[in-house]
Amino acid sequence: MDKIEKFSGVAVPLKRSNVDTDQIIPAVYLKRITKTGFEDALFASWKAEPDFVLNQPVFAHGEVLITGPDFGTGSSREHAVWALRDWGFKAVFSAKFADIFRGNSGKQGLITGVITEDETEQLWDLIDANPGIEATVDLPNQTLSLGETTLSFEIDAYTKWRLMEGLDDIGLTLRDEPAITSFESKRQSWRPKTLPAKGI
Amino acid sequence: MSIPSKPLTLAEKLWASHLVAEGKDGAPDLLYIDLHLVHEVTSPQAFDGLRLAGRKVRRPDLTIATEDHNTPTIDIDKPIADLTSRTQIEALRKNAAEFGIRIHSLGDKNQGIVHVVGPQLGLTMPGLTVVCGDSHTSTHGAFGALAMGIGTSEVEHVLATQTLPLTPFKTMSINVEGTLRAGVTAKDIILAVIAKISTSGGQGYVLEYRGSAIRALSMEGRMTICNMSIEAGARAGMVAPDETTFAYLKDRPHAPTGADWDQAVEYWKSLPTDEGAVFDAEVFIDADKLDPFVTWGTNPGQGVSLFDSVPNPADINDPNERAAAERALEYMDLKAGTPMKEIAVDTVFLGSCTNSRIEDLRAAAAIIEGKTKAEGVRMMVVPGSQKVRLQAEEEGLDKIFKDFGAEWRFAGCSMCLGMNPDQLAPGERAASTSNRNFEGRQGKGARTHLVSPLVAAATAIRGTLSAPSDLESVS
Ligand code: SF4
Repeated sequence: MDKIEKFSGVAVPLKRSNVDTDQIIPAVYLKRITKTGFEDALFASWKAEPDFVLNQPVFAHGEVLITGPDFGTGSSREHAVWALRDWGFKAVFSAKFADIFRGNSGKQGLITGVITEDETEQLWDLIDANPGIEATVDLPNQTLSLGETTLSFEIDAYTKWRLMEGLDDIGLTLRDEPAITSFESKRQSWRPKTLPAKGI
Repeated sequence: MSIPSKPLTLAEKLWASHLVAEGKDGAPDLLYIDLHLVHEVTSPQAFDGLRLAGRKVRRPDLTIATEDHNTPTIDIDKPIADLTSRTQIEALRKNAAEFGIRIHSLGDKNQGIVHVVGPQLGLTMPGLTVVCGDSHTSTHGAFGALAMGIGTSEVEHVLATQTLPLTPFKTMSINVEGTLRAGVTAKDIILAVIAKISTSGGQGYVLEYRGSAIRALSMEGRMTICNMSIEAGARAGMVAPDETTFAYLKDRPHAPTGADWDQAVEYWKSLPTDEGAVFDAEVFIDADKLDPFVTWGTNPGQGVSLFDSVPNPADINDPNERAAAERALEYMDLKAGTPMKEIAVDTVFLGSCTNSRIEDLRAAAAIIEGKTKAEGVRMMVVPGSQKVRLQAEEEGLDKIFKDFGAEWRFAGCSMCLGMNPDQLAPGERAASTSNRNFEGRQGKGARTHLVSPLVAAATAIRGTLSAPSDLESVS
């Protein structure tokens, strides 16, 4: 995972609330078994509508998504994050994210920054007035700037540190391997084991 | 000097008893995972990740896999026609073999929806942490387990380490007091809860369902409720274990036996929330007043009493919710003010991890027995597991369904999400016992009304959304 500090990219307004993961990536695309190459699947049903925002050339290579509240609700599919990432998005800003989606994003290097609903609308207006305007995301300082406007966004301290260090989850946990082994040695015998298999 | 310990909730006790390492400087706590359930959709990339990093599965003996999302529900002896479905299932079989994981494949009696299989084998029990790469893992909370849906990266993490870094949650008590009227079920309780607290009301919380109406429910009913906790945005849902839980578990294949059983029960009895424990939020629901509940919109929070009408978006104050309601009515092709009971459906789907257990099938069969299906309505019955199917056949339920004109299928997720060929055509409308009525969930352009098994059965008879009580007047 690459370390993230500060970057700029075209800001894309997605003026919808309650965007669930079925909309971000419909279930039919979950059949793949690879970890990359999901860009075609992003918002697949909406992309069939000609005036959908990502169909407009000026937004087609956007990197910063500004969207309505309750983004990423519904199914826990991590493919939603892969699809956003594979399309080229590096950050999503919303007034509210679903927990699982937010957790999945942090692990894949996708920033999910919380701004207020008023700020969201303000940015949409700004983009409407200047389509193609770039957003600058400064993770260490937790700021999002479009033109003259600079807002601060929220992100939890731990995810921020992970993103800035580009750290792999498993490697981090395995630093606690002795604690895991010691926990396992105290496991009560009534707790279930799947092997040897019973009931077959 | 001993410090009097603070009264704890069920969820807090489970957290404390699984803590491997406390997170420092804002890092999440590391929790041990007792049981990891795996299916074909969210695991291939996780196994891929292990292979890439040269890692092994730490505890194959705490891991179990089954095939459910892609499996066909007819002609299961033929090769799976859909190439990508077949690829995913074959990948799971290959990964299970390579990493030494027990798998229940198509045709096996323990194959079925992952959330039906765990409890059926007696692997799901009180006091455990249970995870699965599927949001409806919350189902297992019905046993008094802390059960959470996880993403594919986390699946890889649990495979490699048998632990999961987790950020603390808040606790919410959902008190459901009173007695359900005839024709009102666990499904109606949870649809009413979600309509009350909204699809994001549970965000950051573990919900504990409490009160006399919950205690009176069977394990199947409790699973239905916990299953849909995720539709309220919650991290997990749970019910404290009691005699109903122990009776369900006793003698299941993996339930503890002998001295282990006694030790387990003694421990399980210590799990319920302590007197005086404080929840971060509390919700109260009056069970006496609940009607059968149905959804009218495109998220599970957009529901009303079946005896009510399609709401008018103009009456909704919140502008976002109002816009969402307008969009939902357009998608659902419904007019405000239409009585819910006048809505005609094309299909009735009885299945999914919410309502496909033996009790659900029995309840629906009891209603349709001896009745005639409405003309032009298709009814699909998809048992949650092969074992449920076999048990239903032993009880003669399959015959009741078939005589009625319903399709009697093999186990799987089926039309709950339509990853296999079981889909609605564009514009078709279903009364579905599943858990999600999102746009396109059951097929492109498909329209879904979430209902209980009782409402599903009554609807199949009358052709419009109906309660069992509507049948008395026609028979
Ligand atoms: S039945 Fe539906 S909700 Fe349940 S696991 Fe399968 S797809 Fe998910």
